[in-house]
Amino acid sequence: MAAGFKTVEPLEYYRRFLKENCRPDGRELGEFRTTTVNIGSISTADGSALVKLGNTTVICGVKAEFAAPSTDAPDKGYVVPNVDLPPLCSSRFRSGPPGEEAQVASQFIADVIENSQIIQKEDLCISPGKLVWVLYCDLICLDYDGNILDACTFALLAALKNVQLPEVTINEETALAEVNLKKKSYLNIRTHPVATSFAVFDDTLLIVDPTGEEEHLATGTLTIVMDEEGKLCCLHKPGGSGLTGAKLQDCMSRAVTRHKEVKKLMDEVIKSMKPK
Amino acid sequence: MEEETHTDAKIRAENGTGSSPRGPGCSLRHFACEQNLLSRPDGSASFLQGVAEKSRERLIRNTCEAVVLGTLHPRTSITVVLQVVSDAGSLLACCLNAACMALVDAGVPMRALFCGVACALDSDGTLVLDPTSKQEKARAVLTFALDSVERKLLMSSTKGLYSDTELQQCLAAAQAASQHVFRFYRESLQRRYSKS
Repeated sequence: MAAGFKTVEPLEYYRRFLKENCRPDGRELGEFRTTTVNIGSISTADGSALVKLGNTTVICGVKAEFAAPSTDAPDKGYVVPNVDLPPLCSSRFRSGPPGEEAQVASQFIADVIENSQIIQKEDLCISPGKLVWVLYCDLICLDYDGNILDACTFALLAALKNVQLPEVTINEETALAEVNLKKKSYLNIRTHPVATSFAVFDDTLLIVDPTGEEEHLATGTLTIVMDEEGKLCCLHKPGGSGLTGAKLQDCMSRAVTRHKEVKKLMDEVIKSMKPK
Repeated sequence: MEEETHTDAKIRAENGTGSSPRGPGCSLRHFACEQNLLSRPDGSASFLQGVAEKSRERLIRNTCEAVVLGTLHPRTSITVVLQVVSDAGSLLACCLNAACMALVDAGVPMRALFCGVACALDSDGTLVLDPTSKQEKARAVLTFALDSVERKLLMSSTKGLYSDTELQQCLAAAQAASQHVFRFYRESLQRRYSKS
């Protein structure tokens, strides 16, 4: 009978739960789904990570290649993110060129990388004006159940922490690059941006980490990306119901606690990986 | 009942120069060059450029969808086309203001008006509202869309790193500035309707 009510009146069904300050899956309004992360699973990639936020699954693979730097920034490498939402993750996506949601997510990840300065682009330089590293970060969603931006940000961070770049020297005689695959070093990750997403219900209620259904019923969404010093890299609110300054402040404090949770999880995973 | 709001924004102006067709005594064929194509550093930059426009479109569309009373016009599509005439900074804020005024002009029923306000944060923390292109090279640029009824935050798009307190300062400054924008809306509409 509850299933019938849910199909006919999904919003009313949700309101009944929200009145009791909980959600159909048993979570509280400020509670995240179980987060699991698996690092280094793709052996052919230079760095990889798989993140699961409840059912939402995103895998990130990082490949490093050589490139010539641009003339106006001869000592800067590139970090090129790409978010792919294939039809296998949800029935709402069709095969073909990237849809709007994938493009917006790609832009969001590019903004996070740019704003948070997670990697100093100068670290990716091998020989100024001649050779730089370009890191292609491919994020593929394997299962779409809401809150894709949080999962993508976390997967990207974990994958970048896993990337090992071989040492490259430029041979003076032949002017060719020589790659020493035996000597690899990790990237210097300067900040750890963590995203926290909220959904706005009925213009007033804020819930954290919305599932796919909740996102569909919500009247607005908000994503805050914070680094460890409490600085904001991105406040992404693409329209939707209005928020007062006080509500925004509540979101900030939740984002700070979420950052601590994620950082602790990531540190545990990195420590558990045996050094190669 | 479905109501769609499409937003297109054509931003890039292609510069092209062409030479005259082969004239008598000239052995060169017709050639043309597109400045924009050559100045792109690499392929990925051009991909992201198109994606940036899509992102901007989505922000504007979602803001319009939040205020427009779509339920009064079922099975209707509202298309908002924005053409950039010149960009001297605060582009997104200007697009939002233009979209709002266009919706009012079209007589689309809305639950509130909205306005866009941009502010730039310098490295020493000084706030500059409505920054020019040069001022936009600051540490952080925040663009907000505020509604006219309670000055609530409808949309926010930020670039750069900033702290929580700075965000609240910018938001407060934007809310104060939005009063001027709404007053300007009211005056321009009064002027328009008093004539006819």
